[in-house]
Amino acid sequence: MLAFGASAASAQISNDVVRIGVLADMSGIYSDLSGKGAVEAVKMAAEDFGGTVLGKKIDVVFADHLNKADVGAAKAREWFDTGGVDLINDLANSGVARAVAAVAKEKKRHIVVNGASNMGITNELCSPYAIHYAYDAYSLAHGTGKAVVEQGGKTWFFLTVDFAFGIGQEEQVSKVVRANGGRVAGAARHPLATTDFSSYVLQAQASKAEIIGIASTGADAVNAIRAAAEFGATKNQKLAALLLWIEDVHALGLPAAQGLLLTNAWYWDMNDETRAFAKRFFERVGKMPNMAQAADYSSTMFYLNAVKAAGTDEPDAVSKKMREMTVSDMFTKQGTVRADGRFVHDMYLWQVKTPAESKAPWDYLKLAATIPAEQAFQPLSDSKCELVKK
Amino acid sequence: MDIFGIPHQALLGQVMLGLVNGAFYAVLSLGLAIIFGLLRIVNFAHGAFFMLGAFVAFLIGRYFGIGYWPAMIMGPLVVGLLGILFERFALRRLYKLDPLYGLFLTFGLVLVLEGGFRVAMGSSGHPFATPDSLRGVVNLGFMVLPVYRAFVILVAVVVCAGTWIIIEKTRMGAYLRAATERPDLTQAFGINVPILLTLTYGAGVALAGFAGVLAAPIQHVNPSMGSDLVIIVFAIVVIGGLGSVLGSALTGLGLGVIEGLAKVYYSEASSTVVFLVMALVLLLRPSGLFGREEN
Repeated sequence: MLAFGASAASAQISNDVVRIGVLADMSGIYSDLSGKGAVEAVKMAAEDFGGTVLGKKIDVVFADHLNKADVGAAKAREWFDTGGVDLINDLANSGVARAVAAVAKEKKRHIVVNGASNMGITNELCSPYAIHYAYDAYSLAHGTGKAVVEQGGKTWFFLTVDFAFGIGQEEQVSKVVRANGGRVAGAARHPLATTDFSSYVLQAQASKAEIIGIASTGADAVNAIRAAAEFGATKNQKLAALLLWIEDVHALGLPAAQGLLLTNAWYWDMNDETRAFAKRFFERVGKMPNMAQAADYSSTMFYLNAVKAAGTDEPDAVSKKMREMTVSDMFTKQGTVRADGRFVHDMYLWQVKTPAESKAPWDYLKLAATIPAEQAFQPLSDSKCELVKK
Repeated sequence: MDIFGIPHQALLGQVMLGLVNGAFYAVLSLGLAIIFGLLRIVNFAHGAFFMLGAFVAFLIGRYFGIGYWPAMIMGPLVVGLLGILFERFALRRLYKLDPLYGLFLTFGLVLVLEGGFRVAMGSSGHPFATPDSLRGVVNLGFMVLPVYRAFVILVAVVVCAGTWIIIEKTRMGAYLRAATERPDLTQAFGINVPILLTLTYGAGVALAGFAGVLAAPIQHVNPSMGSDLVIIVFAIVVIGGLGSVLGSALTGLGLGVIEGLAKVYYSEASSTVVFLVMALVLLLRPSGLFGREEN
């Protein structure tokens, strides 16, 4: 009792350091989307916060999860058990994010998911310590998917990457399609990091579906879109890319990407604040930040502010604070965390510019629609999270 | 007409695509087979040289405005020269050791090259335009085939046939075959075997670089484009029979087709079907379909 009282009074910060671990794809297919950019974004937040919180140093560490769920989970365990890590951020790759969410729940430590879409984070895997911050499969489906169905795309065929992310994405969009009177003609599942999509595109053509839904991202989506154009699928069918990043548009080039719709939570060229952040980021990383990297920055700031407000880094106290506070920064003007851990904010539907519209390098997107926060995410009443009072 | 529940038109389309992929497999496994045949080196760096070929085409286009056709010559040339330097200054030192060392060295080279390119060029890759004269599609009735893919099959067949003729029908090829069988005896006849080895390695990886240039307009140019391919190509060389040039080329085409069929009937297995065939072949015919029994 005495020992407890003494420690609570003197040491509000565990190990005398607030340590943030960036668990990212540093070397694989998603390393442009997460990787070094994610690490730098978190470091920028720590620096902008002043380098210390409650008089203790803020330390940023990072590791490569190799896109393997077991590697990610093992690293998270090590960081929580012996590394003194208080928060794990980024977590690109849905398989990894799911595994680490389970570890966080067990260890009662914080994670923020910015680079993965899987709905499990705010449903069956939810905990007071996990926040799903930037986007998720529901918000992407209800952005791009819904917009395309409303424009008349009623029959869909999916090219789906064969793991948690792609399958979850296909599921969500299929729901939207059916709810709007559409039909799913079929799906072809391909392995992660497929280079040749020609045979999948042929199957999509044979299905005669109006829309080819691309339930993959990064290099997979880029290759799928290129193959669809090459085989003339885009003459009779339309493409709907369900998660396209600014880097993917960059890799495709505007001639191939123009006109595509995509749902992103953030774009570097939205206002003066986003442009200022992007400029600083560009100087450090050599490319423009994407929505996950902007969210890495924003969520790290949010966590540090919550630690400061709580006066401690004790996970339960910080969790409580994070669910009371509102975020207003360059990422979002009005963001709040719900009981299921979903960080709710406006999402945006973008259209890729034509080469003529693009005035400068990385000038790629124009706003097509704003999806208000209350419509952008799965209704709380539908959440399977045990923390949601029904 | 349906074949096992798949319309025959779709099936023909997939066979056609299988041939295109098989064409890449054939050119890549050809180089691998030649290198193994003569140097007894399991050249794990083959995929990295493939990637280098594509990047050479991309970079000379970006910085010097050099187009696709000159790149088809310059790509293999640059890659071949790099291969020669690598053989001359690194690989050569390992010939007297267990073949495993060569495997480790070439594997290390893959990691260095891929990592280096990922840092310098990013992981998202870069677009590479199809040359204007090969744009467009031909309608084959059962499918729409991009002209460029038809071109790939044609070029691959020519390259494979040309290589086979050089090895089987020319004096140079005779030296090569002799050096493969009995390097000591060939040397005794006054033929410079070390130079032969260097040139063979250079030519083998130049073929990989050539395939890389061919692939650039199809796959986008990115650092990992070779590593996904090389494992499959290894399996093909094993199935064809290690060191068998003709076997590798034919097996490459054949397995491309089998893979294409797997994509229609059970797509999830498409990435493993090649290894299934490999396991079967190793069980029933350990020296490969076209390989000779060795003592």
